[in-house]
Amino acid sequence: MNTEELKRLTVAETLRLLRAGKVTSAELVRGLLEIMESSQQDIHAFVTIDAEGALRQAAECDARRAAGEDLPLLGVPIAIKDNMNVIGQPCTASSRILEGYVAPYDATVIAKLRAAGAIFLGRTNMDEFALGSTTQTSAFGPTENPVARGCIPGGSSGGSAAAVGGGLAICALGSDTGGSIRQPASHCGIVGVKPTYGRVSRYGVVACASSLDQVGPMTKTVEDAALILNVISGRDPMDATCLDEAVPDYTQAWAGADPEKPLAGMRIGLPKEYFGEGLDPEVRARVEAAAERARALGAETVEVSLPHSGYGIPTYYICMTAELSANLARFDGVRYGLRVPCDDVIAQYGATRAEGFGAEVKRRVLLGTFVLSSGFYDAYYNRAQKVRTLIRRDLEAAFARCDLLLGPVTPEPAWPLGVYQNDPIRNYLSDVLTVAANLAGCCALSLPAGKTGEGKPVGVQLIGPNFGEMALFRAAHALECRG
Amino acid sequence: MEYEVVIGLETHVQLKTRTKMFCGCTLEFGAEPNTHVCPVCLGYPGALPSMNRKAIRYTVMAGLMLGCRIAPYAKFDRKNYFYPDSSKNYQITQLDYPLCLGGGVDIAGDDGSRRTIRINHIHLEEDVAKLTHRAGCSGVDYNRAGTPLMEIVSEPDLRSADEAIAYLTALREMMIYAGVSECNLEEGNMRSDVNVSIRPKGQEAYGTKVEIKNMNTFSGIHAALLFEIDRQKRVLEAGGTIRQETRRWDTEALETASMRSKENADDYRYFPEPDLMPIALTEAQIAEWAKDLPEAPGARRARMTEQYGIPEYDAGVLSADRALADFFEAAAQRCGNGKLASNWVMAEVLALTAKTGTALTESALRPEMLGDLLKLLEKKTINGPTAKALLPELFEKGGDPEAIVKERGLGQVSDSAAIEALVDAAIAANPKVVADYRAGKKAAAGFFVGQVMKASKGKASPQLVQEILARRLA
Repeated sequence: MNTEELKRLTVAETLRLLRAGKVTSAELVRGLLEIMESSQQDIHAFVTIDAEGALRQAAECDARRAAGEDLPLLGVPIAIKDNMNVIGQPCTASSRILEGYVAPYDATVIAKLRAAGAIFLGRTNMDEFALGSTTQTSAFGPTENPVARGCIPGGSSGGSAAAVGGGLAICALGSDTGGSIRQPASHCGIVGVKPTYGRVSRYGVVACASSLDQVGPMTKTVEDAALILNVISGRDPMDATCLDEAVPDYTQAWAGADPEKPLAGMRIGLPKEYFGEGLDPEVRARVEAAAERARALGAETVEVSLPHSGYGIPTYYICMTAELSANLARFDGVRYGLRVPCDDVIAQYGATRAEGFGAEVKRRVLLGTFVLSSGFYDAYYNRAQKVRTLIRRDLEAAFARCDLLLGPVTPEPAWPLGVYQNDPIRNYLSDVLTVAANLAGCCALSLPAGKTGEGKPVGVQLIGPNFGEMALFRAAHALECRG
Repeated sequence: MEYEVVIGLETHVQLKTRTKMFCGCTLEFGAEPNTHVCPVCLGYPGALPSMNRKAIRYTVMAGLMLGCRIAPYAKFDRKNYFYPDSSKNYQITQLDYPLCLGGGVDIAGDDGSRRTIRINHIHLEEDVAKLTHRAGCSGVDYNRAGTPLMEIVSEPDLRSADEAIAYLTALREMMIYAGVSECNLEEGNMRSDVNVSIRPKGQEAYGTKVEIKNMNTFSGIHAALLFEIDRQKRVLEAGGTIRQETRRWDTEALETASMRSKENADDYRYFPEPDLMPIALTEAQIAEWAKDLPEAPGARRARMTEQYGIPEYDAGVLSADRALADFFEAAAQRCGNGKLASNWVMAEVLALTAKTGTALTESALRPEMLGDLLKLLEKKTINGPTAKALLPELFEKGGDPEAIVKERGLGQVSDSAAIEALVDAAIAANPKVVADYRAGKKAAAGFFVGQVMKASKGKASPQLVQEILARRLA
């Protein structure tokens, strides 16, 4: 297999080739490692590449396959966002404060992938503690968009998106707190799924905002995303918020569909607030074209309203920073990671955190500490919880009328690296179309919808009700085939 | 001026679960430091708490025991503060929706009357790590981090140091009784924060309160309260004012000392714990758990007095220990004579446990065996000395008293003819003693009883022997 073929390889095709004995995992891993290493200089998608570990796992997988074994992902290499614990590997969440930390345990998603036979290639770059939408807040330097060169890959799962979009990895895991899977997927021209809150275990994933975080697949195709979600979904006794809800075979979502009208009978809502001012005309054109394709495939589209959309960003940045401020309190230099020694322990906390955390982390921890403070709690945290309920009700009302919502992922395509870097508000506003799914807990997906005139990828977002992933995959698969 | 003392207690009671509150680590007192730890209780990146269901159940049982209302909705909160005893730098506790509300503990007040000390609420939280300070450094032992603790918060209803101890003693008895805690004071299973203030007698408004933190012995609490009450009186009488503050009991100097003023209250930035679901217990679930709940010791004392016709003193001794009370009741029901059972349990059985150092529950003696033994005594199948002689054997090895009596022929001889023969033989063999008796030395009768009992190998009915002797000697 030549490099270009390897770069285009999907999970489904990899499994077919491995099962047919046309390729070995060792060959794939060696080829990918070469591409990864050579791309580090310009793309910088990875924080750590575990060449030795990946080759050892590949040899084990090949031996197991030779012995007649088969598993859902046996021998499939995957890239992991640097905020998930993989036993024996570093896990920095792209922060100085976790330098030197080696994970003593597997996150549940990692344990599930391991049991399914996946190979862990390395750890992808991200915004520090997943706080950002550009991957520029990483303590280890930015990642560049491999498709729209010179531009941001999006974030916070920018490393995973760049790895998959640039063909450095066959598939990857990302995490999404306010759009961190969908937005970089959109900017890098790949598929990214934020599952329903409670679908996938959060155990072992460095917490950003506990009530919003969810891990999901980042892949080249809808089928690949379904294959990965099949493996990582399901109840986990180690995560009390992970629900005991049956896991269907997501690859069956499009089975038996009418080839001409695969979306017949499906009603898709177009939230009018998502097509308002500030939406880039090229993005609007691509998304409207996707809606038109959905109609051509048999779906009915209706305009819906999410009246509290305008409150999404302030609500999100209060809920998220409040939880974050407590979640990041454990990074104090006592048990692991960076320690800046001082004579008394409280001073040591201050010095360690001052040196270990980057500016964006500090900004959000301060914000979160403020909104929880006595005297401000009711005005900020409590009020945000109430608005969060209103936003959830908006979505529930919309799903009473239609099966899915369709809209843009981001208001504009990827912008050049370095731009807006000192303008946090500008960055925060780019999450405006993605935070509602996290605040409401429902599932959503970003699907490639073509490119701008300059060749920048544009994504279309599908939002489904709680545990509505099957509908999401059915629609996405149909749209992808006619893309 | 005369002052009235006002005391309220916040008592942390360690639950008797096998594992920690939010992870699977086992609880072991005195283990090598940091050997019972995992990513969860060490606060590692990505680790999440998962609820120990038994801790919820035990807290609900404690609440039912104290007559609390069980909240239909309860939730956990994060209490944020930076300190090395907390691995996450926040503690998971319950702020405004605790598991149990209301309830009370009955005590004998200083004036002798029974009073109910009201409970405000019981909430569930995780314990912190143990810090040890050495020259130039401090050690953190996370074995204790994540131990489930109930915090039982009383209303300010206690009026003296003695009442505080009466309350704690009753509370401890109830928690042990309910089987939810060992309440081992040496192991710190029961630690109290004591709030105390004084006010001029007759004044409605409370005085300024002082909190004495983290006291784990009853004698220490008593001494600290006496000291603090006296200190506050002296301050007020000298025209001073009490500062609202946290003090600690100095066990060397035997005085309370200021730790920190409460004027700059800490801001713990509490908010709902997003990693745990709220708890919504159903009536059916609570009823199911209530089935395992023992009768409260006070209620049991009253019922046993009534039901078995035993003195209040006996009922008090028996009901103080749940296992002993269960044993007594089973034995009493088996033999049908409560007073007899109570006498035997309190005298003979407790003497055996003391003598052998074996707890009743560890011994081979089952209450049914004692009941059967006492039944044989009641029916006069055996006599008292035989029963007493058999008990140590049953205690050590167990067995069926009726079978043993039959097998060894220990049955009491109640056959008048046989006894008459023995009596006549004894009289015939001791003419001098007969003469003494007839001369007025009535105590000589005891000699003949002894002789006859000896000749019967202890099996003769002592009552019958006496009757026949009296007739023959007359």
